[in-house]
Amino acid sequence: MNYFLTEEQEMIKNLARKITDEKVIPIRQELDEKEEFPWEVLKVLSQSDLMGLFIPPEYGGFGFGCFEMCLVIEELSRGCGGVAVTFAANALGAYPIFLFGNEEQKKKYLPDVARGKKICAFGLTEAEAGSDAAAIRTSAIKQGNEYILNGTKQWITNGGEADIYTVIALTDKSKGIRGASAFILEKGMDGFSFGKKEKKMGIRCSATRELVFEDCRVPQENLIGREGMGFLIAMKTLDMTRPGIGAQSVGIAQGAFEEALKYSRERKQFGQSISSFQAIQHMLADMATQIEAARALVYAVARFIDSGAKEFSRESAMAKLFASDIAMNVTTNAVQIMGGYGYMRDYPVEKMMRDAKITQIYEGTNQIQRNIIALSLIKEASSWR
Amino acid sequence: MEIIVCIKQVPESTEVKINPQTKTLVRESVKGIINPFDMYAIEEALRLKEKLGGKVTALSMGPPQAEESLREAISLGVDEAILLSDKSFAGADTLATAYTLAQAIKRISQFDLIICGKQTMDGDTAQVGPSLAEKLGIPHVAYVRKINEVKTDSIILEQMVEEGYRRIKMSLPGLITVVKEINEPRLPSLRGKMRAKSVEILIWGVNDFNIEKEKVGLEGSPTQVIKIFAPQRRKKGEILQGDIDSQVEQLVNKLKESRVI
Repeated sequence: MNYFLTEEQEMIKNLARKITDEKVIPIRQELDEKEEFPWEVLKVLSQSDLMGLFIPPEYGGFGFGCFEMCLVIEELSRGCGGVAVTFAANALGAYPIFLFGNEEQKKKYLPDVARGKKICAFGLTEAEAGSDAAAIRTSAIKQGNEYILNGTKQWITNGGEADIYTVIALTDKSKGIRGASAFILEKGMDGFSFGKKEKKMGIRCSATRELVFEDCRVPQENLIGREGMGFLIAMKTLDMTRPGIGAQSVGIAQGAFEEALKYSRERKQFGQSISSFQAIQHMLADMATQIEAARALVYAVARFIDSGAKEFSRESAMAKLFASDIAMNVTTNAVQIMGGYGYMRDYPVEKMMRDAKITQIYEGTNQIQRNIIALSLIKEASSWR
Repeated sequence: MEIIVCIKQVPESTEVKINPQTKTLVRESVKGIINPFDMYAIEEALRLKEKLGGKVTALSMGPPQAEESLREAISLGVDEAILLSDKSFAGADTLATAYTLAQAIKRISQFDLIICGKQTMDGDTAQVGPSLAEKLGIPHVAYVRKINEVKTDSIILEQMVEEGYRRIKMSLPGLITVVKEINEPRLPSLRGKMRAKSVEILIWGVNDFNIEKEKVGLEGSPTQVIKIFAPQRRKKGEILQGDIDSQVEQLVNKLKESRVI
């Protein structure tokens, strides 16, 4: 379908597609099997300027919005969901600096991110604070000109590989979530180390690791915004990046759909292509319709955000929720159409099915997305009267 | 360092058609790509520029649509592009092509190094690079697989030979043709693509630089392609067995049988 992209958006999409076809698809199986971080692809993305897509021109980037990020994430995901999340999590780590950082912080960190010289990560989740993000325990106690961080972050995408980390920690435990603050940490700081690297079901080339803080001293100028703003910063950041997970879902689904469609025309049973059977045709028709619906929603929400909308938690949650459920459904059916072959690791769809599952879980489970949507609806209804 | 890269737009499809009148390749209507070997030339030029500073100019001769290939070169990071395009350049063989490129380069005048791909995918002659160097009266090294060192007035290279390589010092200005072993070409950048969209590609026709009209195009081409064909596969040979003496005896008998001796 024609989404009336501008010439620049077409250019960005085509570039991401070329990178995916030439540099991602040929190595995705190996990256998955070896659980190898996609440094080679990140190098290409840097050289192609895509790492700086969302960063404003004054910090060496291009100043594109959520929509253009979605175009790139979608294309990368068509090839490999793991590569795509590595790219997306870099933005997730940089957004708090870009959205809430002061001028010095932006000048210090963003140009290197724009050039792909430094990679970012975002640290919120802890062992006992997943969906209940307000239950975090990592503390940041002010001492003189520094904050002393203690605690452990869990399942941090790009953990260990990234250079810059935005971390949410409690500066005032008595205030609950209003006592949370956001900090910029750099790899190599004293008292900042990495715990175990997780072995995952899917997106296996992406790095998922613990961040461990043991009396880690962080200069006070690394505080983003003010004390107590941490939870707000985290939630606003996630509102910005959730459509990206929607785009990742659309891309993974599209990749799986294309494989299934191609296979259905080649595979012969009972003396004819299986694509001539109505059972297969209807599955393909449903898959394509679902993908298009998900894409239309993700694009609409991303454009809504870029239009300068102030409040978009509900819409952002809808894009992530709908597209990720579609991705799970479509990839499962792609495996089903390809039957025994689809289940084998020689074909890419089993990986796509494994990769799709995480889109229903991370950046807020789909159950949490429904909570966000419902709360927003009820809040709106309360003002009707 | 001022570098000129010579590139050619070639048809993407392997189904090349020949114009029966002119006996030259029909380039119109087929989707064009940058000759794959020229991509290595562009990449090497960009790497040298990144290391040593300077400027990279891409030069091409071809029909108006060859401008697309020059824009693609810009999207990869080339600074400037010039297209030599004129009806009277059409139908050029390697000699006329080398002459036309040489005259254009004389107009550019400033350069330290010219880089070409070792050959084109459509013509396959590997002659234009070396001929161009001769026309310009500068040294050249063909089949370069590595540049070891660049000094102000010379360059140290590795030239591929059948089994191994030769290390050669060549004085500058000079010309090299490169093989695919030399590097891995990059993909375009967003900045490059944006620039490529709007940048002006200089187009030089027959009156824009100093040329003798009878030396360009079909008129200036002493050779013509009459036919392109796949040679017939030869029959399988026979391998003689046994010790040397018996093999010699068998061979002599066979030659006698077939009345060669």
